[in-house]
Amino acid sequence: MSAAVDTPFFYFPVARLLRIALTRFIVRRIFFALVLLAAVSLFTYLLFALLPTDPAALTCGKNCKPELIAANRVRLGYDKPIYEQYWQFVRGIFAGRTYGSGDIAFKCPAPSLGYSFNQHECVSTLIGKTFPVTAYLSLGSFVLWMLLGVGTGIIAALHRGKWQDRLTSLVTSIGVSLPTFYVGLLVLFSVVIWLQWLPFPHYASPTDNLHDFLTAMILPWITLAVLSAASYTRLTRNGVLEAMNEDFVRFGVAKGLKNRTVMRKYVLRAALIPIVTIAGLDFAALLGGAIVTESVFSLPGMGRLAIRSVTDSDLPVLVGTTLVAAVFIVMANAIVDIIYGVLDPRVRLK
Amino acid sequence: MNTSAVAVGEPEVHGLIESKSPSRLAWERFRRDRAAVIATFVVLFFVCIALLAPLVCKVLGINPLTLDRKALNDYGLPNGPFGAISRKHLLGVEPGTGRDILARLIYGARISLLVGFVSTFLTTVIGVVLGIVAGYRRGKVDAVISRFTDLTLAFPSLLLIIALTRPFTQRLESMGVPEGNPARLTYIVLVLSLFGWVYVARIVRGQTLSLREREFVEAARASGAGHWHMVFKELLPNIWAPVIVIISLSLPGYVAVESTLSFLGVGLLPPDASWGVMLGDSVKYYRADPTYLFVPGIALILLVMAFNVMGDGMRDALDPKSDRQQLG
Repeated sequence: MSAAVDTPFFYFPVARLLRIALTRFIVRRIFFALVLLAAVSLFTYLLFALLPTDPAALTCGKNCKPELIAANRVRLGYDKPIYEQYWQFVRGIFAGRTYGSGDIAFKCPAPSLGYSFNQHECVSTLIGKTFPVTAYLSLGSFVLWMLLGVGTGIIAALHRGKWQDRLTSLVTSIGVSLPTFYVGLLVLFSVVIWLQWLPFPHYASPTDNLHDFLTAMILPWITLAVLSAASYTRLTRNGVLEAMNEDFVRFGVAKGLKNRTVMRKYVLRAALIPIVTIAGLDFAALLGGAIVTESVFSLPGMGRLAIRSVTDSDLPVLVGTTLVAAVFIVMANAIVDIIYGVLDPRVRLK
Repeated sequence: MNTSAVAVGEPEVHGLIESKSPSRLAWERFRRDRAAVIATFVVLFFVCIALLAPLVCKVLGINPLTLDRKALNDYGLPNGPFGAISRKHLLGVEPGTGRDILARLIYGARISLLVGFVSTFLTTVIGVVLGIVAGYRRGKVDAVISRFTDLTLAFPSLLLIIALTRPFTQRLESMGVPEGNPARLTYIVLVLSLFGWVYVARIVRGQTLSLREREFVEAARASGAGHWHMVFKELLPNIWAPVIVIISLSLPGYVAVESTLSFLGVGLLPPDASWGVMLGDSVKYYRADPTYLFVPGIALILLVMAFNVMGDGMRDALDPKSDRQQLG
């Protein structure tokens, strides 16, 4: 930001104007994100509520008495009109919700996303249990893939046309073409079953059993990181090459700055901003449930919770996980936009 | 696109400095890219095999539906090393049924490529139309389309696609789509397009917005050109380059997504098979018959990679900047 203040055009009134515009921009962006979330929640709820399946009939097994289904229908509020159901759902998110009454009441404190009869738990509890697994998975692979992707991208750009560049372009074009589930399975089979270098992964939380946690996480981390890094290598390489052609970089060189300084202060800064934004979005999408990776490596994360809820026709869990995933996507989008607005005044003045 | 300039300078120079249209320049750049040319041939090879599947299988003397019990042992596993590869079954047989894997692969290419091509076609048409409309009309129309884009992007698409499979294929069947695999394929293609057009529309909208401000568009507007002329003669010809690149890079994406969906259980029902279905099946036999795990996988990787390399080649060829970068 200091560079912008240094330029002669940014005398006092303009700077103040920009600052006001920035606050307004941020407020507007957050408001927009909230509206979008409301729309997503309404749409998700309606979509699943209007399906031909009877949510009350799904609450107990095949040999269920019709009386019990009817009782559950009332208990879960499925007997009410749809707009009232949605209203109850939204209220539950902020105020918590109790299903049924008397002896058989299930209380889900705020934020309540519903009650799963399949697993006899509040949806929020289920998500709370599975989310850390997904978070560890996403965070670990994110750090690895950024280091790997950006690092090799810079190396390829600095050695453009030489063997380092060709090798990375070959490896990345293989990397972006591989479906995650297939690579994951091959890695799992070869390391665990054919070579027997690692025991079969049994997930444990890192505070309980660090050894089990690491042996269960290392393969999914590496798989996800290597596959995602491929496209980041390309982005970084092209971004760095493009930035090297910019006038301000030539200016830096002409001014007599050291190559290293030009690279670090001018080229990388310009090249990495768009990459960081894309990375933010990718990271958020992962946090919403890495369905494929979690299924392949049988990690008890949110993605697997969601997939299981599909096979078990567990509607409340399905709605809950979809919504939580959407929250991550929308939030990441808003944060990325705001950061962009702070870094680049042109965005917020539009 | 024919903007070839009349030769500048004296007539003698005309023979030396050839004027070339941008598309011709792009084609020449593409032809010089050896990897892209090889990839294009690989793609053409796969497409031909898929189109001529019955003929190819007849020539090779194989059939995807014939159950060859003799090729299996008492446990129902391929009788012989490497998944019972033999003269009769060049890539071995499927465990459990004894169906020829090569024949299934050839017919599977049809389904995988069909899903890829149709989804790409639909996303491109929807995306280009909505993107141009949003960028050209701006104002309220743009706001509506853009909000719709944001809403679509906010959903975790893979999860929704899987969750809605059963009810929506049932709905399609009740609407008259033949039961079973046709309904499932229709669903997959429709839902992939529903979530996919957004990316195309975003890029096309951005391109249109910046094209609007260019002098030649301004000139056309000033000389009183109508909407149709503006869209078809001024905007579209200049949007084709990025669109072609999106097409060639999103097609392999759809082929891969279809295989992922099959793996997660939203695939076709036997005896039909796409490559994704074969991959999903082969996982069950990873210990007894590892060959089966590799055959459809390698085929899928080859196809997806060929498309990607071809797409990269097209991007480099269509982007005049790529030449400048080579010069430094």
